[in-house]
Amino acid sequence: MKAAVVIFPGSNCDRDTLVALERITGRAPVPVWHTETDLPPADLVVLPGGFTYGDYLRAGAMAARAPVMAAVQQRAHDGAFVLGICNGFQMLTETGLLPGALMRNAGLKFICKDVYLSVARTDTPFARAYPAGRPIRLPIAHHDGNYFADDATLERLEGEGRIAFRYVSKDGAADADANPNGSRGNIAGIYSDNLRVLGMMPHPERLIEPALGGSDGRPLFEGLMEALS
Amino acid sequence: MKARVHITLKTGVLDPQGKAIEKTLANLGFGGINTVRQGKIIELDLAETDPAKAQAQVTSMCEQLLANTVIENYSVELDAAQ
Repeated sequence: MKAAVVIFPGSNCDRDTLVALERITGRAPVPVWHTETDLPPADLVVLPGGFTYGDYLRAGAMAARAPVMAAVQQRAHDGAFVLGICNGFQMLTETGLLPGALMRNAGLKFICKDVYLSVARTDTPFARAYPAGRPIRLPIAHHDGNYFADDATLERLEGEGRIAFRYVSKDGAADADANPNGSRGNIAGIYSDNLRVLGMMPHPERLIEPALGGSDGRPLFEGLMEALS
Repeated sequence: MKARVHITLKTGVLDPQGKAIEKTLANLGFGGINTVRQGKIIELDLAETDPAKAQAQVTSMCEQLLANTVIENYSVELDAAQ
């Protein structure tokens, strides 16, 4: 699997993402600077986490209009896999590649902790390597992860099976106690209509080895590799 | 020409910052506040002197960057006197 990782001023998960991809795929991904107007050949384009442009105006707003983003949008339209993690998810909603918006956490605080997530469906290229029916554990680290979409959009996402992950308790209940940031429907990640663009607030790239405290991030990348092989 | 863009959250969009301000104002003893909503003001100094053109230009800026119309409304106020 060939991957490209786009780096913006203020990205801070780019290095973890590059290392995780190289470890898992056995192939060094290509870092791409935000001023580029073209992307190298890649099966997967990753928009990594961070606080691009200091979250000025709105989280992800400036990065979403960076020169490289026209190429990212073109790739998405051409059917490439695009993964936006945390700030990358915010960029995907800001460009309109994914619906809704990520707002200030309901509790107004920056949250950095591990959360449990339900994998809403395990028949997608991104989620196929996850076991069905068992919550996974991944870290979140964000100030603006409160997913908002209007009722009609939420209904459409649900109806089209486009919810990827929800915040749940350890035993899998998607209730208010398990919702760290006020996201509607406990939504932690969503897909595009072709299931090839995934935006998620949790960080799979941070938990890919037991030595790092867990490896629930690993199947996301492994599943994609399987889907591409 | 100067332009001022007011950006506010749409009705129905939760505004936790507005809620926190509301609570603190109540703690300070201000009564009778039904709701507080927090927004943004962006001031622009434009070379354009024609109000209609300035309005169109700033509206386009709002649509493309200044506001996120999924969650925000915007209004543009022009001040031709300056």
